Amino acid sequence: MKIDFTHKQTAHCENGVVSNLMAYNGFPVSEPMVFGIGSGLLYCYIPFLKVNHAPAITYRVMPGQIFKKFAKRVGIKIKKEKFKNPKEAKARLDENLAQNNPVGLQVGVFNLAYFPDEYRFHFNAHNLVVYGKEDNSYLISDPIMEKVTKLTERELEKVRFAKGAFAPKGHIYYPIDFPKELDLKNAIIKGIKQTCKDMLAPIPILGVKGIKHVASLIRKWPKKHGVKKANHYLGQIVRMQEEIGTGGGGFRYIFAAFLQESSAILKNNKLAELSKEMTEIGNLWRDFALNASRIYKNRKALQDSYESVATQLDEIADREKVFFTQLKKTIK
Amino acid sequence: MRKEDVPQDKSSLGSASFKELCYAVDENGEYITAKSTGWNPKKIALDNAIQEINERTERAMKRVVNNETSPIEYYMELNKMDVSILSSYVGVWSWRVKKHFKPSVFKKLSTKVLEKYAEVFNISVTELQQIKE
Repeated sequence: MKIDFTHKQTAHCENGVVSNLMAYNGFPVSEPMVFGIGSGLLYCYIPFLKVNHAPAITYRVMPGQIFKKFAKRVGIKIKKEKFKNPKEAKARLDENLAQNNPVGLQVGVFNLAYFPDEYRFHFNAHNLVVYGKEDNSYLISDPIMEKVTKLTERELEKVRFAKGAFAPKGHIYYPIDFPKELDLKNAIIKGIKQTCKDMLAPIPILGVKGIKHVASLIRKWPKKHGVKKANHYLGQIVRMQEEIGTGGGGFRYIFAAFLQESSAILKNNKLAELSKEMTEIGNLWRDFALNASRIYKNRKALQDSYESVATQLDEIADREKVFFTQLKKTIK
Repeated sequence: MRKEDVPQDKSSLGSASFKELCYAVDENGEYITAKSTGWNPKKIALDNAIQEINERTERAMKRVVNNETSPIEYYMELNKMDVSILSSYVGVWSWRVKKHFKPSVFKKLSTKVLEKYAEVFNISVTELQQIKE
């Protein structure tokens, strides 16, 4: 059986699943809209979580939060379930497909057969849509892939029950109740307000302060850990910022696109101007990644070069502080 | 980022045919999406990360040969895992996994425990026991 589902490639998996499921249910909402309303943008340094033997830095909110907040703000209801038993998880999936209902799944990417080998790390917060089943293979719409793909029953079970941080535990989710019309205006305002609050939070590892904090750590890394480890950490930062899914510049371009779209919906010109500023800030993040890559490219870096990328980060933090303060005022 | 600046750097790896979506502005300042084949700064970071894993795996192999650790550590590295990930896959406490790294402890492990590890690494128990250089 195959559900008439339109696959559309997006930058980020969670936005993509939400956007594509919404479109299937008759509510076309763009990826940036989902991301912005769900307050996806964030910066958080998480020292106790190690990814690939380096401290984690996230440029977005926790997995699942975008959909949760988006749903609440536009007034749809989602059904979510996790399982201990893989058989039950499979039964629930099959039930939904039999009722012509495409569903979102959280999966781990390490055993995701259609992924290029070098992208297969133990990352468990990936999302995809299952839209049918043919010859014991599930039909998969993975939003970051150009085209739809397939997974066997065994392959799908493996990725649904991946282990480690954020283990999916067979997590399945789908919208079940929609309002007559989506109240985008209020949802946009709520989304922006929260992002401003998060980015300006008085917490040392979060938002603008978090960026400053990481800048100060980068200055210490070469002395504290040696050049090899410092470069590994720096490389990991760039990967978390630019690897598949952020749309470029650690989600800043997607956020700028969201502000541009919102400016038209709310008939607020100031938002269009702020969108331009966010694009500029996104460019600064790209420059930072470029300069950082020059350091870890040849593995023989001088203290000066760490100092210079750290200063770049400080500048970004200052500019984002002004940006989010203005955005907060604009939306009041 | 402007539309014409969306990077199209090539990768020599398996992901060469993989295109991802980026957001950029067109000549009228409107946001559009564009496909990118890759960008060198992150390609280098990814290549380095993979090289780092390969080095770790090689070091683990040497230590197995020198009888300083058990094959479990080698296969853990080969599967890009760390102790906490491996521990959650086999359902064994981290401190016990670390104990199983000791060659003397590894030799005495029951078949049942060995099977658990072998299954996680997708190999046979014999392969787990007789590691080939």
